[in-house]
Amino acid sequence: MTAPTTTSATAPDDEQDLPRPEEPAAGDPFDRDALPTAPGATGALLRSLLAPMKARVAVTTLLLLLQQAAVQAGPLLVAYAIDTAVPAFRRADHGPLIAVAVGYLLCAVASGALQYAFILASARVNQDVLLDLRGRIFRHAQALSVDFHERYTSGRLISRSTTDVESLRELLEEGLQELVSVVVSFVYISAMLLWLDLGLGAVAVASFVPLHLLVRVYQRRAGRVYRVRSTAIAAVIVKFVETMNGIRPVRTFRREAVNDAGFRVLNRRHERTNGDALLEMARYVTGSRLVANTAVAVIVLWGAQRVAGGTLELGVLAAAVLYLRRLYDPIDRLGMFLNSYQSAAASLEKIAGLLAQTPSVPEPSAPRELPPPASEHPGREVVFDGVRFAYRTGGEVLPRFDLTIPAGQTVAVVGSTGAGKSTLAKLLARFYDASDGRVLLDGVDLRELAVPELRRGVVMVTQEAFLFSGTVAENIAIGRPDATREEIERAAKAIGAHDFISALPDGYDTDVRKRGGRISAGQRQLVAFARALLADPAVLILDEATSSLDIPGERAVQRAMTTVLRGRTAVVIAHRLSTVEIADRVLVMEHGRIVEDGSPAELIAGTGRFADLHRAWRDSLA
Amino acid sequence: MPSTRATTKDQARRSAVRTLLRLWPYVRPVRVRLFTAAFVAIVASCLGLVIPLVLKWMVDGPVADRDPAGVWLGALYLLLLGFAEALLFGLRRWLVARPLSHVEAEMRADLYGHLQRLPVAFHDRWASGQLLSRATTDLMLVRMFLAFPLTFLLVNGVTILAGVIIMLLQDWTLGLVILGPALPVIVTCVIFERRYAEVARLAQDQVGDLTTVVEESVLGVRIIKGFGRHRSQARAFWELSRTLRGTELRKARLLAAIWGVIVAFPEVAIGAALVLGAVQVADGELSTGTLVAFLSTALALRWPVDSIGFLLAMSQEAATATERYFEVMDAEPETPARSAASEAERDSGLRLCGVTFRYPDAPAGSRPVLDRIDLHIRPGESMALVGATGSGKTTLTALIPRLHEVTSGRITLDGRDITAMSREELRSQVAVAFEEPTLFSAGVGDNVLMGAGEGAGEAELHRALAVAQADFAYALPQGTDTQVGEQGLSLSGGQRQRLALARAVVGRPRFLVLDDPLSALDVHTEAAVEAALRDVLADTTALIVAHRPSTVLLADRVALLSGGRVTAVGTHHELLRTNAEYAHLMSGEESGKQEDER
Repeated sequence: MTAPTTTSATAPDDEQDLPRPEEPAAGDPFDRDALPTAPGATGALLRSLLAPMKARVAVTTLLLLLQQAAVQAGPLLVAYAIDTAVPAFRRADHGPLIAVAVGYLLCAVASGALQYAFILASARVNQDVLLDLRGRIFRHAQALSVDFHERYTSGRLISRSTTDVESLRELLEEGLQELVSVVVSFVYISAMLLWLDLGLGAVAVASFVPLHLLVRVYQRRAGRVYRVRSTAIAAVIVKFVETMNGIRPVRTFRREAVNDAGFRVLNRRHERTNGDALLEMARYVTGSRLVANTAVAVIVLWGAQRVAGGTLELGVLAAAVLYLRRLYDPIDRLGMFLNSYQSAAASLEKIAGLLAQTPSVPEPSAPRELPPPASEHPGREVVFDGVRFAYRTGGEVLPRFDLTIPAGQTVAVVGSTGAGKSTLAKLLARFYDASDGRVLLDGVDLRELAVPELRRGVVMVTQEAFLFSGTVAENIAIGRPDATREEIERAAKAIGAHDFISALPDGYDTDVRKRGGRISAGQRQLVAFARALLADPAVLILDEATSSLDIPGERAVQRAMTTVLRGRTAVVIAHRLSTVEIADRVLVMEHGRIVEDGSPAELIAGTGRFADLHRAWRDSLA
Repeated sequence: MPSTRATTKDQARRSAVRTLLRLWPYVRPVRVRLFTAAFVAIVASCLGLVIPLVLKWMVDGPVADRDPAGVWLGALYLLLLGFAEALLFGLRRWLVARPLSHVEAEMRADLYGHLQRLPVAFHDRWASGQLLSRATTDLMLVRMFLAFPLTFLLVNGVTILAGVIIMLLQDWTLGLVILGPALPVIVTCVIFERRYAEVARLAQDQVGDLTTVVEESVLGVRIIKGFGRHRSQARAFWELSRTLRGTELRKARLLAAIWGVIVAFPEVAIGAALVLGAVQVADGELSTGTLVAFLSTALALRWPVDSIGFLLAMSQEAATATERYFEVMDAEPETPARSAASEAERDSGLRLCGVTFRYPDAPAGSRPVLDRIDLHIRPGESMALVGATGSGKTTLTALIPRLHEVTSGRITLDGRDITAMSREELRSQVAVAFEEPTLFSAGVGDNVLMGAGEGAGEAELHRALAVAQADFAYALPQGTDTQVGEQGLSLSGGQRQRLALARAVVGRPRFLVLDDPLSALDVHTEAAVEAALRDVLADTTALIVAHRPSTVLLADRVALLSGGRVTAVGTHHELLRTNAEYAHLMSGEESGKQEDER
């Protein structure tokens, strides 16, 4: 048996031709798309996915065991036929041969029926595992805070829940079934061989040692290749998604050729690792076949000599040879299993890394409820109590400050870009949690509110007005899913969106995806406002939410705020000072600090920054 | 959730073989290796069939004759055959490993390139999740098809044929018995193939829909969180994945049925052959060696026969994947310039003549978005475009760089019809800053310089950043090399908008289209940008979509767009006085009150 030693001896030399796994680049794990995982997290994830299905996995395995028993009975019947039934038949004893016929028929029918049952049972298990995993990734991604999403690109998140889940699907659909049937047939056949003849069986079992070594080597090397490949495909996806979502600027700036070139580089990298993976498989298949075929030759040689010497029956040798062919048949399939296992392990590692991220804005374990409104106002009081905010990566954005906004007050926050206005808003909306201090809503810390309660309290409308697949009405109803059509239309009317929506081909039932590009940015912002109106929160935050509106649109929003939303606490971030006209109070921010605070009239009359800004704005209207 | 399936019944009926044949242009470059590999696999499989014949020779010859030397010789033959088989299998895989990855990559690159060149209207219709699942999952299925089913359907076919011939030659009655189940198995396969095709297609489309939900939930995460809707989003996701699970189980049931048939029928036949063979051996009509070889051959054919089920399933899935791939590839890219260059007229500036536009997918007879627009912007003049939300301003700006094609009428730049220019040339003359400023994964400097031709350098970059008041770029961690976009630093809306503006002006274009370019800027920055932009606009022909007086004042004249038509053109002050709708748009007050406003 020279084959196995050759293969394993050359393995270390071959390694030099292989691309090294990417050197971990210094810096942010986000940049490298390698979130830290605890050791063993991948296995733990797989176990936790399979744990609830123990019983069904057991049933599935049993079906497979029975099926294999039925299939593997064949050669045994052959041996019996040759060694017992034929001589008996010659003596005109037809019993044994009839037994063989009946036995074979039963085995055939059973193996077919059991195969059917097994595939169905295992499909159920697989699909339930996938359903569970998809749901977990989705829910977890949704639970992670906005600052996570700002760092982990959408393309990566998408590739986690698509291609990475897909590779687990392959493992479950083909891989596990392969593995179990390979193991089962190994065990069965080895047992049969040992039972037929101890010596022949022992040789077969001995051949497992080099096979095992081969498997180990393959597993180690393929693992490396697959990790690189999973990163490579994610990079391809990121580029793809970015291009398709920015198709308009791509076209007008004639980026097509440059993009083609950039994509080609990423695509090539994926192509190369993909080829590497397939070559690893080729090496393994060749090596294992060599071992297997050598073992067959050795067993036949020894068996035949013993038959020639009269110490072994011919039928036993025939059965042994038939079994042997089957014994090594599944070796390729074992390779395929390892293939899908490696690929799935690399994907699961990434998924585990994602699932290991703890939401930096966790849901409370013992949520509290907001007290009933103190006055007839639907608004609530907001208090920033010694709040300081710094990114976890460092860099203080908001130095410690205190701020109280009484219930029902409309506060305008102004200041230049980067002054910290949006951070203030995100703290109030609990997109971020303060590094120090507390944000209180009617005296209750935001961190103690469950999500539904929080969103009845605070709703934020941002500048980016994203529309989801579905109808216009469904998009508005995101504000309150149980709203009736009348309520949806009332909200749209209040904000001045009713006219354009009615003019769409199917009115409120127009599918926005079909005409997604056709609803203008201003109209999308109106839809976003209608959402917020429908949600009817106690505190409304508008973060530059009127930037794409024309002046009548902005007026409609202001009208709505003074009528429909009257009495709500409102925080309005806007660079258009027109909004300030409806504000009770103005905060001017600079470098993360509130530098002016007062009623619009006071500040305009003064000599501070706001007076400056206001003058500039009045001039711009001229 | 609405499904974004684009299949029609007739496409579904197209046969799998014809669909798969469309892969030929991609396979062509690697055909030599692929065919060699198939040939090698056939040889290897047939070597496998020779092994039982050696066994027969050993059993009937040296073993029966008690000839040790003969036994050694037989074992040596077996060893040699085994080595040859193993090496040939390895060779096959080695031959196809790189070429097949290459085919997959080429197809993906083509898809990407093609998508980049499809009309914007196509992208409006297709969710990018559906496009993405074609570029990833579907292409993977195609590669796997080329790697296994394509080769092995052939190899296994030849192997089965050779095996059957060997068996018939050894004993024709037993051979016929083995052939017995062929017909029912084939019939099952045919029925199965048809049903499986439908379910496979359904499953793939549902995966695409699921991808869309994932993508939207990621892109719209702020809204979902802002309204505390992650539960209902999760419910929608759950329902879709439940549906997918149901479809997958239907697929499994079909697969299980075919497997059951494929496993059971041949096994029955082998059993029958064994019993008949044993009778013949007992009667002395057949040697034991022949029976052993016969059964050994029959068993060696087990895998080739068994595998037909999943090979067909894989082929079917590959066929639907191919179909989905070509659905996109068959979409017409933007047509090249009309060759018949219209006579360059003695005209200059940007002129729209009777421009009417209706979205290509709009129902016929519906009101056009833009209706017989006539507009002339003189060279060096800037024209503001004002109109109520949804009046078609952005649509109009999309017509100039030909992101959409006019339905009728024409647009000329300095007298040349834009349809007579190549898009490349047109787009190098017209620079656009979009309302939604999209930055790409690249350095800040590279993002800006995208707007310039080859060879633009630091000087142009500095000038453009100065015009857009985007000095913040120098203060970023790595200055103008700082990575932004999907994979980089996230910038605020105002910062992105200024970079987009810098990108539009960096190439000193002859024509400039600005879609509400200052909407996200604060008052001070806006004033500074306006001052700098005036110099640029002094000698640039520009169309500026504006919502506010301050932006309008950048322009020399204003065109009012209303109900798809240009209803008034004049200076800001003229229109304020004479046009009630304009006064309303600019002040938000009912007409007649604007004088007090000021």
